[in-house]
Amino acid sequence: MSAAAVPQGLFDCRDAYVRAVEELAGRDARVVAVVNDSVGSSKLGGFKERFPDRLVNVGIAEQTMVGVGAGLANGGKVPFVSAASCFLTARALEQIKADVAYSGANVKLCGISSGVAYGELGPTHHSIEDVAWLRTMGTITVLVPSDPWETAEAIKAAAAHEGPVFVRISRMPVPELERAANARFVIGQAETLREGGDVALLANGVMVHRALVAAEALARDGVAARVVNISSMSPLDVDAVLAAAATGAIVTVEEHSVRGGLGGAVAEIVATRYPCPMRILGFPDFLPTGSADWLMQQHGLTAEGIAAAARDLLRV
Amino acid sequence: MVKTAPFAANASAGMFDHVRERANWIRRRSLQMVFEARQGHPGGDLSAADILASLYFHAMRYDPLRPADPARDRFVMSKGHCSGSIYATLAAAGFFAEDELATYMQPRSRLNGHPNRYVPGVETNTGPLGHGVPVAVGMAIAGQMDRAEFRVFALTGDGELQEGSNWEAAMTAGHRKLANLTLIVDRNRLQQGASVEDTVDLEPLADKWRAFGWEVVSCDGHDVEALCRLLDPPAKVRDKPLCLIADTIKGKGVSFMENQVHWHHGVPDAEQYAQAIEELSA
Repeated sequence: MSAAAVPQGLFDCRDAYVRAVEELAGRDARVVAVVNDSVGSSKLGGFKERFPDRLVNVGIAEQTMVGVGAGLANGGKVPFVSAASCFLTARALEQIKADVAYSGANVKLCGISSGVAYGELGPTHHSIEDVAWLRTMGTITVLVPSDPWETAEAIKAAAAHEGPVFVRISRMPVPELERAANARFVIGQAETLREGGDVALLANGVMVHRALVAAEALARDGVAARVVNISSMSPLDVDAVLAAAATGAIVTVEEHSVRGGLGGAVAEIVATRYPCPMRILGFPDFLPTGSADWLMQQHGLTAEGIAAAARDLLRV
Repeated sequence: MVKTAPFAANASAGMFDHVRERANWIRRRSLQMVFEARQGHPGGDLSAADILASLYFHAMRYDPLRPADPARDRFVMSKGHCSGSIYATLAAAGFFAEDELATYMQPRSRLNGHPNRYVPGVETNTGPLGHGVPVAVGMAIAGQMDRAEFRVFALTGDGELQEGSNWEAAMTAGHRKLANLTLIVDRNRLQQGASVEDTVDLEPLADKWRAFGWEVVSCDGHDVEALCRLLDPPAKVRDKPLCLIADTIKGKGVSFMENQVHWHHGVPDAEQYAQAIEELSA
């Protein structure tokens, strides 16, 4: 993969990720990084230079990468296990289950270039199942940050949290979202970015800024859309979902499979506690070849697509 | 820190008798657990008992009242299906009360069919095979980073070495020269459905480990004195991880179970159980 230039005003969240990990490592000697020959794709070159003895490269061996992470945690380290999300979560799923989740190991799993960032490389390199797999293991905290600020905050929160955490880190360029100066990232809390009582747009990761643009468009049609950032997928902010259901209509938007991710998680709550009409936007199955942008457009994962789904739901 | 059996260089032949007694107790107690629970993996419990006793009652340094002591030696039971033997060992070592062994596989017991961290003394959850060596390698890397004195031990079955993850981890251990790591292979030559040789042969097993950068020693896995001496810290500092291939007999100590593949997870009836206990008490 050649590194595509990041457009002006947009950011690659991996940069925020490595800055946060290096900062943590600078003040906590327990912080180590574990990689599967993924120093470059995880952007950990700077970490390697600053902390050469604290980078464990196990080679192209994801099962061992996750097992070694669990062993390092047993030895008192705080390991950030970083690899392309497709390989980290799929190849090493049983290690994640047994060695990390069930064992309650203090391992921080960092799924890099998640979703369809590797669009043209095909479904082997897409990671649109990772959240569904990991959120079934209740002991793992699953975080899907939306922009550079939230990525850095999620990494710091992961380090401060005693126990397994998965952080999904996209390489797709995103803008820095506007937030109040006192904004805080808290595991288990959804973030309401825009108020609105007609429909709720629930998004995470790279879809959040698109949902905000969709809300602007809907406002021009007289539809007041609430936008809620569900970056904490597990634990999920159930109250925020119930409040969203109270608007009477929910659109969920994720750069992930429509099965078992954000849409599934929200539907589990809504169907049993506060039934309301929903649209679930995401990817249906293995995808054809194409750029990330093209794949997103094809599946309505754009501001226009989100607004259209909301209008369809509201029949306006 | 408790070292349960201080080593004396001028050891007499009888100095390992207490380890042998512990091994036989582990055999009897784990078989009782399987008999009462009506399930378990007695063949592998019996083949591993001398290895476990040599570790916990001779080689390892630990304090059962402080199972999270950072300086403790670590043990990973990678052949987690032999949970009866490791639970009996941990109880005998004082990590929890022996009475609790009676709850083996009962509803809500933390002593489920595979070792898990709800049980004091269990370092990592195992059960699916091929998990223990990578985790033990991670522990050993942590020790190497900190120049810590603790040692890391792991026990795998031999059939288990068909799992590729072991060899990934073996490469990393060899590459990083993890001299604080000792792997013991319970080489009983039988797996669930047939002999290892007839399933997927492992030989030349010692050469494989050597080729991955390990020091390799073979021994009789039921010779407690040999095991204890090999598991002691080496006189000269090692510069490689150690693989100890322990030749064992599946079902060791019970005549009708020895080398019989169906006792991998067979459960004795009352008559068989009585005979087995009699043989193990001799």
